[in-house]
Amino acid sequence: MTGSRERVLARVRAALADVPADERPEDVAVVRDYDRAHAGGGEAELFELLADRLVDYRASVREVAVEPGGDAGAAVGAAVAELLAGRGAGRLLLPPGVPADWTGALPDGAPALLRDDGLAVAELDRADAVLTGCAVAIAETGTIVLDGGPAQGRRALSLVPDRHLCVVLADQVVASVPQALARLDPSRPLTWISGPSATSDIELDRVEGVHGPRTLDVLLVRTG
Amino acid sequence: MTATFVGIPPFPEAAREAAGNAQLRHNLRRATHTIRDRRAAVVGELDDWGRLRAAGKAIKERTLRHLDVHLERLEAAVTAAGGHVHWAADAAEANAIVTRLVKATGETEVVKVKSMATQEIGLNEALAEAGISAYETDLAELIVQLGDDLPSHILVPAIHRNRAEIREIFLRTMADWGRPAPADLTDEPAALAEAARLHLRERFLRAKVGISGANFAVAETGTLVVLESEGNGRMCLTLPETLISVVGIEKLVPTWDDLEVFLQLLPRSSTGERMNPYTSTWTGVSPGDGPQEFHLVLLDNGRTDVLADSVGRQALRCIRCSACLNICPVYERAGGHAYGSVYPGPIGAILTPQLHGAGGMSAADAALPYASSLCGACYEVCPVAIDIPEVLVHLRSRVVEGPGHRAEKAAMGAAGWALRDHRRLTRLQRAASRMRDLVPRHLPGPGAAWTSTREVPEIPPEPFRDWWRRTRGAAAGGAR
Repeated sequence: MTGSRERVLARVRAALADVPADERPEDVAVVRDYDRAHAGGGEAELFELLADRLVDYRASVREVAVEPGGDAGAAVGAAVAELLAGRGAGRLLLPPGVPADWTGALPDGAPALLRDDGLAVAELDRADAVLTGCAVAIAETGTIVLDGGPAQGRRALSLVPDRHLCVVLADQVVASVPQALARLDPSRPLTWISGPSATSDIELDRVEGVHGPRTLDVLLVRTG
Repeated sequence: MTATFVGIPPFPEAAREAAGNAQLRHNLRRATHTIRDRRAAVVGELDDWGRLRAAGKAIKERTLRHLDVHLERLEAAVTAAGGHVHWAADAAEANAIVTRLVKATGETEVVKVKSMATQEIGLNEALAEAGISAYETDLAELIVQLGDDLPSHILVPAIHRNRAEIREIFLRTMADWGRPAPADLTDEPAALAEAARLHLRERFLRAKVGISGANFAVAETGTLVVLESEGNGRMCLTLPETLISVVGIEKLVPTWDDLEVFLQLLPRSSTGERMNPYTSTWTGVSPGDGPQEFHLVLLDNGRTDVLADSVGRQALRCIRCSACLNICPVYERAGGHAYGSVYPGPIGAILTPQLHGAGGMSAADAALPYASSLCGACYEVCPVAIDIPEVLVHLRSRVVEGPGHRAEKAAMGAAGWALRDHRRLTRLQRAASRMRDLVPRHLPGPGAAWTSTREVPEIPPEPFRDWWRRTRGAAAGGAR
């Protein structure tokens, strides 16, 4: 039913009678003299800022240091095993494309690995945690962006389980929102995550833990 | 929700009653002051806030000046990405479209993400009439829906409720809607949030139809953007098979890059966070991920009337952050319900009368432009620099140019006649000075309303220019 399409468009055009007929949309000036990034410095400073901002929003942060020429995958695997050892085994959900190394150090069957091949929502709900990578991380705002690419999978995977373990690699970290948008593809469904789920709806005071994962563990992988 | 704004008295009356409610004033003061401080802190972090604000204003102006072109671009991009686009001229049409789309799925339940547009059109009530239950999933919307209450804030519709009241509502009503609240529920915010999580969990997991609005719609790419905190938005946008998004035509931005401005402006202005916990973007449908059926309903419902007013048009730049409510001394004391609209506070005072404005303003709408002291704090904090005081004054002039207001028009006409000629003014001032002891403190007749909250200014014993000439006129010269 598009019956009102022409009616709405005609009303819009009539309302804009004061706009000169020869003005094109791009002629309306937008001065973009704001900063491309607020945070300066090199990789080390960005990592520090990202960690600081994540902790500020009650995410837990674990730095995974890798020696130059060392095995990053194995180091992630060891960190994942340590994080999951603390809290009972249960089931760990894995999106397609998670490197085998990341789960390589887990004891057999603890947790049980649940690989997504189009699982029903009820099955996702049985997972205790999910392990993903990400597309981009923004240091200034403590934000991780998932785009459904390798090791991320569909959006429901990082939503339904109560705990989200997210691996951030060094080359995925940018300083600012403008830098992040430039790296992202709008045609892919994106999820921007800044800390665990939260609400400010009771007396405008922030409380963590509503419908999304109540625990967010971020593994920051750094070489050197 | 069966409650409605229809029948709420005009602002002065409703505000007088609200200002006498000590609990309400306490709740509002506490909440607005908390958020003010948080906003100021995160805005202060960015040295370029003023430049971001100017860019946000300019991008919205660019959009509005060629809205027809951008709407057509958006439609083409959404359609190319596998979505369906519908156009609704008014609320009735939008409700009919959504009802038809839900019925086509065979479902009788929908889950909803908080959306101002669907509140504005009364979608839940329209769906209920068609036998479809709409479940609000945002915590504050849930509190309003369970309490059979009305929203009083753009961002936090239950801002007028404190934790003890929320606990009481949950205990009393959750069982009627689904999973009951735990009997030992405390009023700790974390416990209340947990109760909401458990209450809605089952509903999310089995939902087949989701309904949302959008914070932004990117014309060039066809991408919709929803910012939220709790994850209820992600649930509604991701798990159902069908997604219907009702979006006002002013929500557009031209390009993907434009989001770099608004994704910095909105979270900091709104919840006082560097970034809100969750932001979802989607473009049409994505095979294997999320709803495979997507409908976008583009809503006019009075927006083109606002657009037609070259001064009032700037209200359409609004990104619904609610910073103007949180800073407003009038809102802090009167509360949201007094504005009689889903859009309360300063932005509501300029948006509501304009959205309703086609057929002339009602008495309630005509009162709204006066619900302000014109202090300008709302303009200062507005992330897209809407000059709310300018529009308020503009709308006041529209009100007095309309029918009625004979006494005011006569008084203004007389003032104009007196001020046009300095000799005439001097004669009138001298006459007033001679009669100064006869003027009562409170005026009779049409002037009574004006002096019910003000005193008549004291009339000096002699006009200023006479005093000047008498005391130093000869020395200064020039006075006639």
